[in-house]
Amino acid sequence: MRTENQKAWFFVLPVLALVAFNALVPMMTVVNYSVQETFGNNQFFWEGLGWFEQILRSDRFQAALGRQFLFTFLILLIEVPLGIIVALSMPRKGFWVPVCLVLMALPMLIPWNVVGSMWNIFTLPKIGLLGYFLNDVLGINYDMTQQPLSAWITVVIMDVWHWTSLVVLLCYAGLVSIPDAYYQAAKIDGASPWSVFRYIQLPKMKTVLTIAVLLRFMDSFNIYTEPFVLTGGGPGNSTTLLSIDLVKIALGQFDLGPAAAMSLIYFAITLLVSWVFYTLMTKDDAQ
Amino acid sequence: MAQIKLSNLKHSYMPTPKGPDDYALKEIDVTWRDGGAYALLGPSGCGKSTLLNIISGLLTPSEGQILFDDRDVTALPPDQRNIAQVFQFPVIYDTMTVGENLAFPLKNRGVDAATIKRRVDEIAEMLDVTELLKTRASGLSPDNKQKISMGRGLVRDDVNAVMFDEPLTVIDPHLKWKLRSKLKELHQRVKATMIYVTHDQTEALTFADEVVVMQDGEVVQIGTPVELFERPQHTFVGHFIGSPGMNVLPCEARGDRAVFEGHEVMLEGPTHGDGGRTDLGIRPEYVGFGDTGIPAHVTKVSDIGRHYVVSAMVGNTALKAVTEHSVPEPGSQVFLQFKPEQSRVYRDGWIASEERAQ
Repeated sequence: MRTENQKAWFFVLPVLALVAFNALVPMMTVVNYSVQETFGNNQFFWEGLGWFEQILRSDRFQAALGRQFLFTFLILLIEVPLGIIVALSMPRKGFWVPVCLVLMALPMLIPWNVVGSMWNIFTLPKIGLLGYFLNDVLGINYDMTQQPLSAWITVVIMDVWHWTSLVVLLCYAGLVSIPDAYYQAAKIDGASPWSVFRYIQLPKMKTVLTIAVLLRFMDSFNIYTEPFVLTGGGPGNSTTLLSIDLVKIALGQFDLGPAAAMSLIYFAITLLVSWVFYTLMTKDDAQ
Repeated sequence: MAQIKLSNLKHSYMPTPKGPDDYALKEIDVTWRDGGAYALLGPSGCGKSTLLNIISGLLTPSEGQILFDDRDVTALPPDQRNIAQVFQFPVIYDTMTVGENLAFPLKNRGVDAATIKRRVDEIAEMLDVTELLKTRASGLSPDNKQKISMGRGLVRDDVNAVMFDEPLTVIDPHLKWKLRSKLKELHQRVKATMIYVTHDQTEALTFADEVVVMQDGEVVQIGTPVELFERPQHTFVGHFIGSPGMNVLPCEARGDRAVFEGHEVMLEGPTHGDGGRTDLGIRPEYVGFGDTGIPAHVTKVSDIGRHYVVSAMVGNTALKAVTEHSVPEPGSQVFLQFKPEQSRVYRDGWIASEERAQ
């Protein structure tokens, strides 16, 4: 017989109870709703996988999912290279280092809904500074409340403004950890600036870059507050991303079954894509 | 390959140096012949790495010139000086294979593929890494990584000099010896001028034909390992080289004799100059025991394997002697005999006695 100390379980129990209460139970409730139909009064009817099928087949879900992927794709396409470029051009030592770091961190310290409101006021045509400037000074026809394209550009730029700093700070941390000897050796080996980036800086930034891409993917894929405050998903449904659509179904229409099924699908997609990203980006290290 | 000449070289890290204390390097004048193996030896912070970076072009000196075969290269950037440098920590391009690492300096200089392959194979064979050529460089052990860094320096056949900045720091002790002999072998094969920076006397003395000893930004002595050991020009050299270092004993100089704790000691030759602080310098290896001589009290005897180190007190001055046999007991009273041709007087640190004509 093994004589293991079973007392340890008692110490884990409080945490287990807490996690069950705030994560497992709500999660199971969602699973419960996703396979049943309810008309209130705690009356439930078994639906099976009906809701899942309905959601996956619906044009509305597919359109929202498409918009969501487009949004995340654009965000990553802009923020990752931009973040690397900004990090590369930041000073490595001296008086300006803390100044740059604080300036970089500022946007991230602003709450999501405040960012949404700021950009809303900033870009409103006629009233907003940018809206007025574009329309009445430059003569560009810009109205994010009426034109889908303007709305998209505004939502994307707002996210770039808010979150590029995260990529910058992570890349910067990777860059400052490179010993001087690497740059000196590259100089002696006659490496071009591109070679220095390709063979020294990029490999050394790889780990932090993986984290940056993962965080930016998850955050932008689950984004809700900023576009909701800025455009409310409009004009029409043009900026209705998955989370905005989900809230409309769950709280606007009170369709709890479909909303629960959609939540689970949403969660599964986020998990799957994150996993694929992570596996692809860390593939080389495993060898 | 080239002769390297440093003339009136000075360097300060401050924009406007005021006194000599602001200089990391004070007035260096050295000529290194083509194909020689040299070591820069000195304690941490003595300016040896600064000097190395000036030669390689990573730093521009505040004053003075660097000449490669009488060509002034003071203002040239590192890649145009055709030098190679191996750093304290191995620098490896992680994403490349060993072969690509070795080929990198040649590729950057636009050498054709056939020549690159030939040179890489040659160098890999010299370094015993032929079977590693296709593996990723990131997974190598530190000593192999350091070999690759060396290889990147040696792969160009037109290098003027190869410089080593304490290259064995991160290598395991049992591999240090192997890598050091590899280096020596490489020097004999490629015949490039090699400059090796270290604070380890064993490394310097085994590697170099000639050692430059530095202290506080100044060259204290340049000489062969034997010269440094046999006739240190400065008490610092005497103390820094040798284990244990030279005994430096306060004394009074009187012609060709020194008076130390009231005992007269015969010197190698007459002393010159006057004033200043005078010390008697003698290596522990040349302090012997006899029936007559300077009375001393033995305080400690350490067995360090090949020989014994005897610590003794003469009056209030402590000194050390090295002996292989006839070991006195601690606490006993002995008579010390100083070898006259190895007893010297130093005035303010610098040698002040003359070698007797043979």
